[in-house]
Amino acid sequence: MVEWFHKSTEGLISQTKKDIPEGLWTKCPECGEVIYIKALEKNLNTCGQCNYHFKLASTEYIRLILDDGKLETYDTGLISGDPLEFKDSKKYPDRIRMAQKSTGQNDAVLSGIGRIEGKEISFAIMDFSFIGGSMGSVVGEMIARTIERATMRRIPLVIVSCSGGARMQEGILSLMQMAKTSALLARFDEVHKPFISVLTNPTTAGVMASYASLGDVIVAEPKALLGFAGKRVIQQTIGAELPPGFQSSEFFLEHGFLDKIVHRRDLKGTISVLIDYFNQS
Amino acid sequence: MANPTVVLEFEKPIVELEKKILEMREFAQGESIELTREIESLERKLDKLTREIYSGLSRWQRVQLARHPRRPYTLDYIEHLTEGFVELHGDRGFADDKAVVCGPAFFRGRKVMIIGQQKGRDTKTKLYRNFGMMHPEGYRKALRMMKLAEKFDLPVLIFIDTPGAFPGLGAEERGQAEAIAKNIKEMARLRVPIVISIIGEGASGGALGIGVGDVILMMENSWYSVISPEGCAAILWRDSAKAPDAAEALRLASGDLLQLNVIDSIVPEPSGGAHRDHKGAAETLGAAIEEVLGSLLGLSTEDLLQRRLEKFRNMGVFYHA
Ligand SMILES: [Zn+2]
Repeated sequence: MVEWFHKSTEGLISQTKKDIPEGLWTKCPECGEVIYIKALEKNLNTCGQCNYHFKLASTEYIRLILDDGKLETYDTGLISGDPLEFKDSKKYPDRIRMAQKSTGQNDAVLSGIGRIEGKEISFAIMDFSFIGGSMGSVVGEMIARTIERATMRRIPLVIVSCSGGARMQEGILSLMQMAKTSALLARFDEVHKPFISVLTNPTTAGVMASYASLGDVIVAEPKALLGFAGKRVIQQTIGAELPPGFQSSEFFLEHGFLDKIVHRRDLKGTISVLIDYFNQS
Repeated sequence: MANPTVVLEFEKPIVELEKKILEMREFAQGESIELTREIESLERKLDKLTREIYSGLSRWQRVQLARHPRRPYTLDYIEHLTEGFVELHGDRGFADDKAVVCGPAFFRGRKVMIIGQQKGRDTKTKLYRNFGMMHPEGYRKALRMMKLAEKFDLPVLIFIDTPGAFPGLGAEERGQAEAIAKNIKEMARLRVPIVISIIGEGASGGALGIGVGDVILMMENSWYSVISPEGCAAILWRDSAKAPDAAEALRLASGDLLQLNVIDSIVPEPSGGAHRDHKGAAETLGAAIEEVLGSLLGLSTEDLLQRRLEKFRNMGVFYHA
């Protein structure tokens, strides 16, 4: 389940440059290396020492993966309702508005049509900075429409996931987004176009247990947190320490649930080659 | 049927009144008309009290009923609703997950495939059933049985009753997320009717992993949500003791789910809850399943699949800015 509430900001390189004061240094949470921010950015927010991948804004991913850094966006006007009238420390609509203000996005997904080395694809990318990338009705709907565009236009589908899971504030309806998206992927199979699922840190719970796990090919960035249940819950259940590297990309690869670990700088090239192999004209 | 050793707080007035009536009956032994009248009046009072208490239950009280240790489980429904059940085991890959029970049976004269999550009643069987929490091999076993049903054209009847998919080391190693995701997708296109009945607890992906179907029925006092009240309370309020508040906030009761268009109908439980009358509960659920199954079997496969897709395609609440 979504554990973003407990996440410290450690390792969370901020999404917008303006939040980082000039000349600041940061520490790699994986190897402890102190890195000059400018160098980190030049290195696509990855640690040159240990390959740890810091978070990257979804707009940066778009620049990195899509031709000319261009995404023709769709569905940016969808706003979540508040079917449960949910309130914890904040009212849910207030939480949404705050996230919209700080991210400039309507919800935790950007989606649309773009190109990878000339090939038209239906593309979506999740953004952790919007309520932990959690999936509610809007995320589910935007992913659903992304799949439908790929199906209707008969073009490849690429989804970059980054999510703590379902959005609790929408209760059962957030769970149903797993069914909505997965059911549409069953329909997408019929057009025989590849779905490349890209997993970034973290991809867990409801998103991992639906479309993120359903790629024809699944690739992940190094050392990402991937899994179903939260580490804390597992620890409580088994009453023992978890082994090092548990629920990492490397762990997933080792156990056969990942096709390939890909460094961020090689993402575009890898996706492009895979599409070429599996795309039938 | 009521087990005097397990009485929920809000059931106490009912149980006390029942005890009083029983005592009077023993005392009277049909001798005194006075006493007989008194007993009749108490019985009317009991009936009224039961209806009052059960019509005004909070969501948290319903969660407690859904978890009642005497509540009918999948095997109880199989016993009361079907004939000739043959349990089939294993996922043909790793193991046989005892938290889920599968196999063909006759339901009201019709061949069906049964798949249901199963809890235990005492310490030993609770452990044996892993408290109704499935591992990846359980989801894969369920999918194998669904494919079997598809191949031989049997409708699938599914019973959901789980506190969640098992959160453990082995479950993660063997791909809990992949197993659930794959089931959801495959169930969306299974070419036979699927009728889902939520009979107790419907916790999150653990429930949805066998929860995609054409019709979703829900027993009156069961719950279904994205997370358990305890889990939600621990994350949002950092205190699992706030579970009653979380149960309210999550709107996880049958009435809520009907309102949110997630389920198709509520199956009323016998007065005082399903745990007080297993046979009665099974009878009502059986009638509901028979009715929907009849109409689903009248659809062409293409219509069936199109309707199933649209059902889930339309779930969610959002607006255009
Ligand atoms: Zn490092």
